[in-house]
Amino acid sequence: MSIKDSSEAIFSESPGKIALRTLRRDKRSVISLTILGFIVAISLLAPIYAHLVAHTNPFNSSLDATTKISGKTVPVLEASSTGLGLGVTPIGPTWNPTSYFLGADGQGRDVMARLLYGGRNTLLIGTSAGIICILLALLIGVIAGYRKGWVDAILSRLLDVIWAFPVYLLAISLSVVLLTSGLTIGFIHLGPGSFALPILIIGVVYIPYVARPIRAQVLTLREREFVRAAIGTGAKDSTIIIREILPNIIPSVLVFIPIIVALCMLTESALSFLSIGVQPPQASWGTIINDGLALLYTRPWVGIAPGLLIVLTAASLNLYGDAVRDALDPKTRARGDA
Amino acid sequence: MRRRSVVLTSLIGAAALAASALVGGTSSQAATAGGMAPFDPAHAGGTIKLVAAAAAGSLDPKINYTGQYWELYQASYDGLLGFRYGDGKASFEVVPDLATALPVMSNGGKTLTFTLRSGIKFSNGQPVTVADVKASFERIFKVSSPTAGSFYNGIVGATACLSKPATCKLDQGVVVDAKTNKIVINLTAPDETIISKLAVPHAVINPANSPVKDAGTTPIPTTGAYMFKSYDPNKSLVMVRNPYFKEWSHDAQPQGYPDQIEYQFGVTPTAQVTAVENNQANWVYDPIPADRLNEIGTKYASQVHVNPLTAMWYLPMNVNIAPFNNVKARQAVNYAIDRAAMVKIFGGSQLAAPVCSFLPPNFPGHVDYCGYTKGATPDKPAKAWSAPDLALAKQLVKDSGTAGQAVGIVVSDDDVNKQMGVYLQSVLNSIGYKATVKPISGNIQFTYIQNTKNKVQISVTQWYQDYPAASDFLNVLLGCASFTPNSDSSINMAGYCNKSFDAQMAKAMTLGLTDTAAANKLWGQLDQQVMKDAPVAVAFTPKQLDFISSGTKNYHFSLQYKMFVDQLQTK
Repeated sequence: MSIKDSSEAIFSESPGKIALRTLRRDKRSVISLTILGFIVAISLLAPIYAHLVAHTNPFNSSLDATTKISGKTVPVLEASSTGLGLGVTPIGPTWNPTSYFLGADGQGRDVMARLLYGGRNTLLIGTSAGIICILLALLIGVIAGYRKGWVDAILSRLLDVIWAFPVYLLAISLSVVLLTSGLTIGFIHLGPGSFALPILIIGVVYIPYVARPIRAQVLTLREREFVRAAIGTGAKDSTIIIREILPNIIPSVLVFIPIIVALCMLTESALSFLSIGVQPPQASWGTIINDGLALLYTRPWVGIAPGLLIVLTAASLNLYGDAVRDALDPKTRARGDA
Repeated sequence: MRRRSVVLTSLIGAAALAASALVGGTSSQAATAGGMAPFDPAHAGGTIKLVAAAAAGSLDPKINYTGQYWELYQASYDGLLGFRYGDGKASFEVVPDLATALPVMSNGGKTLTFTLRSGIKFSNGQPVTVADVKASFERIFKVSSPTAGSFYNGIVGATACLSKPATCKLDQGVVVDAKTNKIVINLTAPDETIISKLAVPHAVINPANSPVKDAGTTPIPTTGAYMFKSYDPNKSLVMVRNPYFKEWSHDAQPQGYPDQIEYQFGVTPTAQVTAVENNQANWVYDPIPADRLNEIGTKYASQVHVNPLTAMWYLPMNVNIAPFNNVKARQAVNYAIDRAAMVKIFGGSQLAAPVCSFLPPNFPGHVDYCGYTKGATPDKPAKAWSAPDLALAKQLVKDSGTAGQAVGIVVSDDDVNKQMGVYLQSVLNSIGYKATVKPISGNIQFTYIQNTKNKVQISVTQWYQDYPAASDFLNVLLGCASFTPNSDSSINMAGYCNKSFDAQMAKAMTLGLTDTAAANKLWGQLDQQVMKDAPVAVAFTPKQLDFISSGTKNYHFSLQYKMFVDQLQTK
């Protein structure tokens, strides 16, 4: 496409449509969305896999369970029969989807079924925490940047306080305190095992990372001619924010979403790995890696499989974030089209 | 006491001998009836390297209460009495150490007379005198030794020392004569276990000028074959030969083989195993990780030693708060747990055995019975546990009216304990509760579950014998005196206090002074009686596994202090 044609296309379509069209053509976007879609789909199918295919309850200990391999019944947890007969080893991958596809963990539970359920929880917490983080950061960033003065000072110092703590240290501290007794705010009580707790904790610790750039962008926008003109015409603050400010910061927010969701997902996995995220018998990829740590020498797949899924999901989200950024950036888009 | 803590043994006469005779060994190196072979200089020298994930706190022998360091104190510190250096049951025997002979008992068992050996010096060159002996007993109270109030409270003057430790004087309780080297210990009442209590590290003799506070990381001069050269809890502990040591009793303090013993800290259990496999270390302190057990049991079988322990893993249930303030709820847990499954989590049948009696097998008073197994009841018990009875457990929960209640399971955060917690959660959920697992640091879990303020409903914990007497299990863990509300030192974690049961235990203890067999029979009956109330659910009895490097020889296992570190040879 020539520069002239490109310019005509730009003026004939809305920026949103152009971005979508660019995204559809971007291989990074297609590949990452395919991978993400696949992971989300198999995670959503977890109950169907567990109950209809593997016929197992992945939340119950099954230390005395047996399964059939090549027509032979074998215990899921096998006591050593060689040497001094020390130790009990869970069954390894059978690569048979109907029976311990990825083997069993130390409680005799089907690792594949737990992996799929774990995916649901990790994705749910990561996405929910990411959205909460973005929404709160948007609110704080816009108010601080638009109002300036003492409102900005207070909100900025609040963000500084959260920012001053290393993310994981803050998340671990909050988790240790809240997961022991839960959280009660007025008549709302979140129990120690509630998913809402890790969602809130993770969502809160990343707010400064999004709110700061948004605030800076709003501060700049506020001084632009079109905003000053709107203020000059006597438009209400809410109208200015909704009509003039938000449309100009939405592209940045859209770029943040996949990156923050990936970060939240990684943080959830890390906290669950440390036993301060998702609580047993529920699973997340982090808890399954923790289970696999004790089986690293004999049954490495218990730890490797969730690790691979975390890497794939985080990489796909980051790749998609890059594609979104390029699609929403007119300069990059023009360079690409040229 | 817990795994990192020591096993203290009472060896008064026939009772302890009978107990020790029952404790058989399955070590790959057969236990002998006698003590150590005579010292062979040809094998002396070299360095023994021990590895552990963490240090065990203060090095002060009057303060430290862990098996990890008591294992080292055997080779370094001495009391008037000591436990014999010997394999298996021989190690239960109390022998004279710094005293020339076992005490002469008089005044109806209330007075013990010793004579101090002469010519013995501390590792700083200072001679050991009777003044050091008296000061050492006073120091037990001055530094608030953890057993001051439980082991040594019977010494005349101890009550005042317990209330005002800083000014402790035992002028009437420990009477010494420098001219004759005589030491007289006066008790307020006869104590069937005093001999054993005088043989443990808290009663060792230190220089009279030792600090009257916890010495912490500063080594206190020793009398034994080794002394402590340096100690950094974050890094290492080094022991070297005591230059002033001359063997005075081969049974109590024999000459050691290595020139140096090094303990390295901060090594993960799996790295410890690899280090021993590669001959970079001689011995692994921590429990072998579950996924390395099969490997060492097959490839390194000749380097593995498995020995029985008189201990139990059990689940105390708080009888004072719901749902376990209902006896049916407690009985339901006893019926529901699959003890064989818990043994699997621990490492398999070679490392543990299911039990449901309170007194462990091979222990004085133990009776083979199980009231909580399929087909049995507490009134009509089976001989041994065979299988859980989930149907009966569910019915009991329903009958108790506690179904649907929330139950928190407090476990230590190491891998095995967490797995036990997750398994227990699954069981409790299956019989009608809403269970959650609360893993907390192993450093605080043991005290956390004792304090009633924390409202712990059920927990997973362990108890290792202090001395082979039934009172150390039943009276210590379920006696009213062991229950102190709002205290971290309330070892009766179930909060069980039954006055009638207490009175019968007192009767059994009194009977033990004159008729051990009759006393043990009574203890056996009390075991069955208390388990009808089910304040705890006993799961299994564990074994000790030692993994040593291929270049390490002369392994000996003491039922009292576990492995004799100083007898290991590298040459």
